[in-house]
Amino acid sequence: MKRLALISILLTLALSINAQKYMTKNGYIGFYSHTPMEDIKADNNQVAGVIDASTGDLVFQALIKSFHFDRALMEEHFNENYMESDTYPKSSFKGKITNLSSVNLSKNGSYDVTVEGELTLHNVTNKISAKGTLEVASGGLNANAKFNIVPEDYKINIPGLVREKIGKNMEVTVTMKYTPVGNK
Amino acid sequence: MRRLAIAFFAFLIPAALFAQDDLMNLLNSDAAPDINYTTATFKSTRILNGHSIERMVPGQLDFRISHRFGTLNSGSYNLWGLDQSNIHFSLEYGIMKWLMVGVGRGSYEKTFDGFAKFSVLRQSKGDRVMPVSVSVMTSAALMSQKWTDPTRANYFSSRMSYVAQVLVARKFSQAFSFQLTPTYVHRNLVTTALDPNDIFAMGAGGRLKLSKRISLNAEYYYVANPKTYMSTQIYNPLSVGIDIETGGHVFQLMLTNSVAMIEKGFVGETTGSWRKGDIHFGFNISRVFTLKKHK
Repeated sequence: MKRLALISILLTLALSINAQKYMTKNGYIGFYSHTPMEDIKADNNQVAGVIDASTGDLVFQALIKSFHFDRALMEEHFNENYMESDTYPKSSFKGKITNLSSVNLSKNGSYDVTVEGELTLHNVTNKISAKGTLEVASGGLNANAKFNIVPEDYKINIPGLVREKIGKNMEVTVTMKYTPVGNK
Repeated sequence: MRRLAIAFFAFLIPAALFAQDDLMNLLNSDAAPDINYTTATFKSTRILNGHSIERMVPGQLDFRISHRFGTLNSGSYNLWGLDQSNIHFSLEYGIMKWLMVGVGRGSYEKTFDGFAKFSVLRQSKGDRVMPVSVSVMTSAALMSQKWTDPTRANYFSSRMSYVAQVLVARKFSQAFSFQLTPTYVHRNLVTTALDPNDIFAMGAGGRLKLSKRISLNAEYYYVANPKTYMSTQIYNPLSVGIDIETGGHVFQLMLTNSVAMIEKGFVGETTGSWRKGDIHFGFNISRVFTLKKHK
């Protein structure tokens, strides 16, 4: 009986560790493109994200209108002409860390990870893959990644008149600081 | 044992498939209040002649140059009005999210003008629904022309005129926005005793987007004061034009029956008639500079 209790306690403990989810409401996603004519840069510090450390599943969600530019006019054009953010207000990502086995969650440190998944932007979903790091820290998990996307892949049309000012590739930077979610 | 394993995997597979959706639900379950403010009701701070509810965001400077040429019916000798031009230029700046100010100078009666526009309500949907955007515009203008009769007692205050407007606009769809603009104009000095010092008018204006960068705009002010006994025949100003947006500039090209580019001039003192062909070609050019970074 004692042994049974011990096993069940261990089992619950293991399950609760397994079910550990980490979350953030103010993650960062930014993008940048450089051309000789103009640099385009926007930051969004209100990205929501959850990562399930037991499975490596992770999701992000960002409001398009929360991307802010230095120039208000650029921001207006981004929302009005390119992203059509009244029609498509959100962007989301659903994916998975493919090499979760190389991450030791019980040991603080930075681990190289590869994430694969589906990015939905401007109502178009594409498979993407990105390399980044997952840092196990005492307070939670920190994730960093950098990847490129091509606006045309998401049916974001850039007219010839401004084509020279907007880079062919957008470099996307993701920085998330997750904290554990209380078990529900 | 094998059967048990299969059953175990059968349970596991859907769990893995739905895991990401579950995470997404977790994100949405306690999301912060989601208020979606309407942006870009109009492309510019003017519909054509008059103000739109749009304002400059803090730290942005708008340099505007506007021209109204002579009338189309002045014939080929005057190149249908292009030989003659009225000019207005202004510098306009966003101070707060809800406040913009501007100063300008127009060749119409050599007038200096200044205005402040306050944003009172913003159209929004989501957790807070507001059907319209409302702004208040107040302005003062100083006419600096030489007195027609320098021999009589002329007061500085006689050069002043004031305008107050309430701008109520709704963006009905991506393509269509409409604005109503009750307007009050006070002129300290008028030409004759027949002319009213106070003018009341109702403005209406709208835009229809033809493409992402071009829109068709129209604007009309109905002057409520009886026009029969005024010393000069005045008409209600009607303007029709297009907005063309090219990166940092907005060009507004228009046909209008008024020459003045401030409310005091076009609301109560438009002497051109569309029916008689007193139509002016005109344009506004707006160039926005970022003085302070927008965060």
